[in-house]
Amino acid sequence: MYKIIKKKELAPNIWMMNIEAPRVAHAAQPGQFVIVRASENGERVPLTISDYDAEKGTVAIVIQTIGVSTKKICTLNEGDYLPDFAGPLGRPSEFVHEAPETLQTKKILFVAGGVGTAPVYPQVKWLHTHGVEADVIVGAKNKEMLIMQEEMEAVAGHLYIATDDGSAGFKGLVTDLIKDLIDRQGKHYDEVVAIGPMIMMKFVAATTKTYGIKTIVSLNTLMVDGTGMCGACRVSVGGKTVFTCVDGPEFDGHQVDFDEAMRRQGMYRTLEQRALKIAEERAAGHVCKIGLDK
Amino acid sequence: MANKIGRVPVREQDPKVRATNFEEVCYGYNEQEAMLEATRCLHCRNPRCVTQCPVSVKIPLFIAEVASGDFARAAEIIAEDSSLPSICGRVCPQESQCEGACILGIKGEPVAIGKLERFVGDWKIAHGGSEITKAPANGHRVAIVGSGPSGLACATDLAKWGYEVKIFEALHKAGGVLEYGIPEFRLPKSAVVAKEVENVRRLGVEIETDTVVGRTVTIDSLMEEEGYEAVFIGSGAGLPRFMGIPGENLNGVVSANEFLTRANLMKAYDDNYDTPIYVGSKVVVVGGGNVAMDAVRTAKRLGAEAIIVYRRSEAELPARVEEVHHAKEEGIEFRMLTNPTEILGDDKGWVRGIRCVQMELGEPDESGRRSPIEIPGSEFDMKCDVVIMALGTSPNPLIATTTPGLETNRRGCIVSQEEGQTTREGIFAGGDAVTGAATVILAMGAGRKAAKAIDEYIKAKNA
Repeated sequence: MYKIIKKKELAPNIWMMNIEAPRVAHAAQPGQFVIVRASENGERVPLTISDYDAEKGTVAIVIQTIGVSTKKICTLNEGDYLPDFAGPLGRPSEFVHEAPETLQTKKILFVAGGVGTAPVYPQVKWLHTHGVEADVIVGAKNKEMLIMQEEMEAVAGHLYIATDDGSAGFKGLVTDLIKDLIDRQGKHYDEVVAIGPMIMMKFVAATTKTYGIKTIVSLNTLMVDGTGMCGACRVSVGGKTVFTCVDGPEFDGHQVDFDEAMRRQGMYRTLEQRALKIAEERAAGHVCKIGLDK
Repeated sequence: MANKIGRVPVREQDPKVRATNFEEVCYGYNEQEAMLEATRCLHCRNPRCVTQCPVSVKIPLFIAEVASGDFARAAEIIAEDSSLPSICGRVCPQESQCEGACILGIKGEPVAIGKLERFVGDWKIAHGGSEITKAPANGHRVAIVGSGPSGLACATDLAKWGYEVKIFEALHKAGGVLEYGIPEFRLPKSAVVAKEVENVRRLGVEIETDTVVGRTVTIDSLMEEEGYEAVFIGSGAGLPRFMGIPGENLNGVVSANEFLTRANLMKAYDDNYDTPIYVGSKVVVVGGGNVAMDAVRTAKRLGAEAIIVYRRSEAELPARVEEVHHAKEEGIEFRMLTNPTEILGDDKGWVRGIRCVQMELGEPDESGRRSPIEIPGSEFDMKCDVVIMALGTSPNPLIATTTPGLETNRRGCIVSQEEGQTTREGIFAGGDAVTGAATVILAMGAGRKAAKAIDEYIKAKNA
């Protein structure tokens, strides 16, 4: 059982939870994720790690409530326990294996979209503590949906904000901001790390390809076990089928078949939306008398 | 003298009914049936059944106790060699082991050893059985990776000998393949698996779930930081294989591991559980092993038309005869000598069919089975909306890649000696992690052998 130490709403339907999980906290590295179950009959939900503290034995996760399972996790409160919290899973980001001196010569740009800001934070923080100041773009629909801005500010070289409606920072898509930084502001980047919705990563990768900048993306595919057992998370990278959970989650963004990955992500969408509707109707007191909810 | 009656039939759920539910297919013997069947044993002076049992259960001895009605004593006799009788009685390939060697089988039907073992195991679960005697704590600690059959067996022996044993399990539930792989209708989870796991816990074995060795901890951190003197790796063969044919990443193509994990571990067949499972209306399962049978029968129970496609002929099906028989009774169609060449998708990327080629059998290959050869020009398309790949599994590389000095072979299996000693001192391995996908009983046997080797290793080191 894993105690929820802290719970905080970061933006509408986006929650941060700090979980007591000493083993995970001790082993976690940037780029990794966890699998969480909210109840005994719950799904195994892969979630990104947004921070970890080995000394305190805590791991922070950020959850956007979109389906039955994420909603279930967020109904739990401070002091409650998650029955399962397994991790850290996946390979750590490549840069943790590089010498800080080499990293310090590199200009790295992180591009975070929406809740993708959460997994970007520990990466930027890790680099910061190793003397590497990376630039960060955080993109969101509007000002209200921006998360972890203060934390990011503290560890990023330059923090750039982009919102679709211009309510904060640059008005436009993160890809427009990337172009603006490079073309207009004369910035130079050796490497880009993009984490966010699949569609955003696809277009960031397409953009950076035109500049010839190496780009890493972190895929949030479907998973069941998260340990290499089921293959639900398989993606095509450079024409080869790999498993996101054990071979990733980070891959060369220029090699990923995003269209296939996005299609595969939707494999259970109809079933999930149905489950969500049923749960909502039940919560509203509607009992189906002819068993359509079975 | 042995009773010269025919084999006592075992009661089973009606095929038409059971094809729509997840309750156990076989009801097993009751006391009268078991006692009657037990009287058929010839009590051979040189019991061939025992030599064919991977863990050498004293079969004629326990059967004699069943015949006399002393089921508690029968349970004690089995417990000397096997820690999971209710499980092995259900899933062992008895026809190629104990029962396959039974003298009675030459002219008639062998003694129903598996069904009797299951009866004794279940009787013990229901009646508690006698407490197992345990040596006093010896102060030595052993870590076990994986709570499947090999890990449970290894843990049981070591705990009995006084070791402090902790099992590290990656998933949220203990049992390994018994939980995620074998379906409820063949091996009930709460009635059998959970009970056998509970028996292991009762010996003082601690099971830490949600701990992925190779990620959460490493073998080296367990030995260096947590003070375990030896480690047994029983992490199984969990990595699914795919065919590498076009269309394999279409929506609707899943590994048998995924399909069965959703159904078994995550209980997706039960409305009270949140995990979804996609079944469609027609499911093609590729493969002919026990896992393929489990997948196809699960798909059928979830309401789909379900068929098996296998590249060799029925004689070569690696699945147990009983499972094939049960599947057929349940209305599963078998397409033999058929091999997929491509999975066909619609314009949205979902499976709409499968292209197969007819095969014929050629010369025997290295496995001794006649190898299938494509018949040119025999391609044909079949409609379906789900394809399940049940082509076998290999060991997960996670542990090998995170444990320096631990050698694996070409197939990713951990290299170990007969008793489980790996290429690293203090590290032992057994079960599917060493052999590649095999059986529950072989894994159990390997776990017990390794327990003995670990005991000797620790004793020698501290002598």
